[in-house]
Amino acid sequence: MVRALDRKVLRDLRAHAGQAVAIAVLLACAVTTLVGSVATARALERSQARYYAEHRFAHVFAAARRAPEGIAARIAALPGVAEVETRVASSATVERPAGGPPASARILSLPPGGARVNVPYLRAGSGLDPDRTDQVLVSEGFALANQLRPGDRLGVVVNGKRQVLRIAGVALSPEFVYAIRPGDLFPDDRAYGILWTSRAGLAAAADLEGAFDEVAVLLAPGAREADVIAGIDRLLAPYGGLGAHGRDRNVSHRFLSDELAQLRAMAALVPAIFLGVAAFVVSVVLSRLVTTQRQQIGALEALGYGARAIALHYAKLVSIIALAGGALGAIGGIALGRAFARSYADFYRLPVLAFEGEAGVVVVAVLVALAAALAGSLGAVRRAVRIAPAEAMRPEPPASYRPTLLERAGLFRPLSPAARMIARDVARRPIRALLSAAGLACAVAILVVAWFAADAMDLILEQQLVVAQRQDLTVTFTDAVAPAGALELRSLPGVRAVEGFRAVPVTLRRGHRSYRTALTGVDPGADLTRLVTADGRVVPLPPAGLVLSAKLGELLHAAPGDRVEIEVLEGRRRTGPLTVALLVDDLLGVQATLSRRALADFLGEGDLLSGAQLSVDPAALDVVQARLRERPRVAGTTARAASVAAFRSLVAGFILAYMAALGALGAVIAAGVVYNAARVTWAERARELATLRVLGFTRAEIWRVLAGEIGVHAALGIPAGCALGLGFVGWTAARASTDLYRIPAEISAATFVRAALLILAATAAVLLAATRWVRRADLLDVLKSKE
Amino acid sequence: MTTTAQAVAGRAPVFAARGLEKVYRVGEIAVPALRGVDLDLYEGELVVLLGPSGSGKSTLLNVLGGLDVPTAGTVTWRDHDLANPDERLLTRYRRDHVGFVFQLYNLVPSLTARENVALAAEIAEHPLDPADALARVGLAARVDHFPSQLSGGEQQRVAIARAIVKRPDVLLCDEPTGALDVQTGRLVLSVLERVNRELGTTTVIITHNAAIAAMADRVISMRDGRIVREERNAHRAPPEALAW
Repeated sequence: MVRALDRKVLRDLRAHAGQAVAIAVLLACAVTTLVGSVATARALERSQARYYAEHRFAHVFAAARRAPEGIAARIAALPGVAEVETRVASSATVERPAGGPPASARILSLPPGGARVNVPYLRAGSGLDPDRTDQVLVSEGFALANQLRPGDRLGVVVNGKRQVLRIAGVALSPEFVYAIRPGDLFPDDRAYGILWTSRAGLAAAADLEGAFDEVAVLLAPGAREADVIAGIDRLLAPYGGLGAHGRDRNVSHRFLSDELAQLRAMAALVPAIFLGVAAFVVSVVLSRLVTTQRQQIGALEALGYGARAIALHYAKLVSIIALAGGALGAIGGIALGRAFARSYADFYRLPVLAFEGEAGVVVVAVLVALAAALAGSLGAVRRAVRIAPAEAMRPEPPASYRPTLLERAGLFRPLSPAARMIARDVARRPIRALLSAAGLACAVAILVVAWFAADAMDLILEQQLVVAQRQDLTVTFTDAVAPAGALELRSLPGVRAVEGFRAVPVTLRRGHRSYRTALTGVDPGADLTRLVTADGRVVPLPPAGLVLSAKLGELLHAAPGDRVEIEVLEGRRRTGPLTVALLVDDLLGVQATLSRRALADFLGEGDLLSGAQLSVDPAALDVVQARLRERPRVAGTTARAASVAAFRSLVAGFILAYMAALGALGAVIAAGVVYNAARVTWAERARELATLRVLGFTRAEIWRVLAGEIGVHAALGIPAGCALGLGFVGWTAARASTDLYRIPAEISAATFVRAALLILAATAAVLLAATRWVRRADLLDVLKSKE
Repeated sequence: MTTTAQAVAGRAPVFAARGLEKVYRVGEIAVPALRGVDLDLYEGELVVLLGPSGSGKSTLLNVLGGLDVPTAGTVTWRDHDLANPDERLLTRYRRDHVGFVFQLYNLVPSLTARENVALAAEIAEHPLDPADALARVGLAARVDHFPSQLSGGEQQRVAIARAIVKRPDVLLCDEPTGALDVQTGRLVLSVLERVNRELGTTTVIITHNAAIAAMADRVISMRDGRIVREERNAHRAPPEALAW
């Protein structure tokens, strides 16, 4: 049998159904985001770990120019090395069967007996036949983007030699979860892919028979990576070793790990906001309930119910709401986690998705939601049990008001009495008004953060592609050529301008710090590629000295005036110092640039070009690319528009989903906060608002008093939310500063306006619904009741 | 009844009600509150509406004040049809012509006495100065006090000031002394009497206290939703002389 007091719990719930639902929805959002993001992060971590383990992702990588195969045994003998696999790796030009400009690829050899390190995951077709040298595996992204299928034939140029290979299968690799062409700013699956072929065939093409140029190592448990790296460097030094490194320098691994770190940060932040807001709403609603039920509480106490029974009674009410919200949130969280993990796995092409129910996370999240709701109810419950029965059964004395400080200063004088009612109420309960404003501020901040993602992408693209790199086509030559070889491209119809550049792979060293990148020589007056700072300023290239990305300066601890040791990784492998002239706080990748003449001097070579930037009439782009392909010395061309479009389409869907999800959450917070604030204000003011109606105030005038108070909350909350959003963004940007990209902590005015408008719209929707309460209120009932 | 009243007053009625009926629905039960009331009220009259609780007097007052509409019958104030349930017209009527005084004062706690009065003054066409209205009820010294700083009698006088500040044509008072002690009650009644005398406002006072009837021009008694008796006092007794 249900006890009488428990029936009261259920009746109270029914009587306050709207507010109960609003609280439950806020808690559900907290649990959904908590479970969803933790489950997503865990699923991805597990998937990454399992993928790496099952496909034996190497711990240490090293490259050399040409090392004899015998060195492999000596690497294997190093302490801590569990498995060694050498390979031949080369860049390749791939003819696209569908036509169009050729793509570039990285082509890797697989050992005849099958890979034991960095084992490709076969998605379609079959593995390589060990007896054949004319087969190739193609990375999945490249295959999909170029509509390649097993059985198709592919023209591949390696080391200037053209071969036709048959696609045996489509594969993935833990080494290339995020496949990006070295030096490129974005991944472009159409223009760049990974190929695997037989060791014998590739070694013949690359003139590396009996030798290797790359080695991958798996470490034994407990091995010290730094020792192994030092050992490999020692062994490969005589063979043009380029420096061994761990997974931390593998671009693909870094992208995935950075993403997971950001996901974990979000997993804490967003649910915390919801929990805080929900706890606040619970405290306001329950305070109000306890006030209206004052006499009932007194009567219960008079009947002999103790403080514990009364406290438990209200705790039950809150717990039912919290558990209902928690259950809803758990279902939503699992669904959200599954969908998010799925889309991440698709984005990174993870072949395994280890999503689990995460019962533990669900239980913890629901308990956290329950704890937040109970914490919010604490003050009201404590007040309820402290009321002395005799006092409780008398109606509450009229609320005490006194002139506020502002008003004594004369600030209220121009206000109408209705406006003074609002101002005095806000002044009488400033904490409640501030917390309500804080709830709205959180909603605004969430929206600002959500839309900032799109802002940041636009800004990076704008800065990098409209201001800094304005070429339409980048042409790379098979070998360095004299300037005349590049400048003659100007004669192609449709080409408007040609600017040559020289680029060499280098290791930059300063003290014990080093970084591998390309050193690029450009003409100081170059107009197509320019140095641009984060705030969009174009910086002229100094005639002498090195210009580094500010991030690279930070990594090397190098400031203007410092000398950096340069080690060229090709040709005669020059080494020597260069002085840093300037640091530029650019946004994408890290660059080392100097004037072409200074680079030629440093390299001790004549005036040579590695490639050229072309400005091309858009109508002639295809024709120009076709003509360029006919030239034997052109290794490849990259059309900027195509790569930007590919990047945008890659990221756009993702960002859109993210913005939609956060946008919906922000709107829910705003609506929840406003609904409860309006409900409570309405309940507290019902009597005086009815009096105003009797005095002859119209419904619209009454509604304005109600809306005015909420308007004050919004007026405080929205600017605060913009500031809070700016803070979140600064925090995110500071955390996301890597050598791969920097996020500018700049938010467009439109983002602030949109966030404010959405919150205002949610507020307006609730206030519009409140016109119904005003319309339905029974004047006579309100005036006759004592409270 | 109507003819007697007209004959005595010798004036045209401002309020005219005929066959007034009001039925409330409480859950599934229909509760009749007014069962065929005919009534005329004249300009400048002070009328006491007497009856036990449940007699229908509050319902009648609410209908006269435009807070409620009858289920059947007609009721007009000059050319205003008060049986028309158009909420906007009723609001307009209350705003322009009616002042209310309640048993429980119903002041806005966050506004001072002056501001509570100003609340009504601001939506009126030709209001008194709020300070003047408060002076008329003897509260010139308490204008900047909040309701929580005023006694019950003072709060009720603020409510009266708020009702008269807009120079209403009609002042409707529902048990204005119900929550007050005798002495304070007399003070409040004398304020109402003076307003009626000095401003000529048609005044209706509801009470279940028969002793108050002596201050009226006319006393109307109700029982079970009907008017059962109507008397005219030859002299209005001064409120100060009333005892209960």
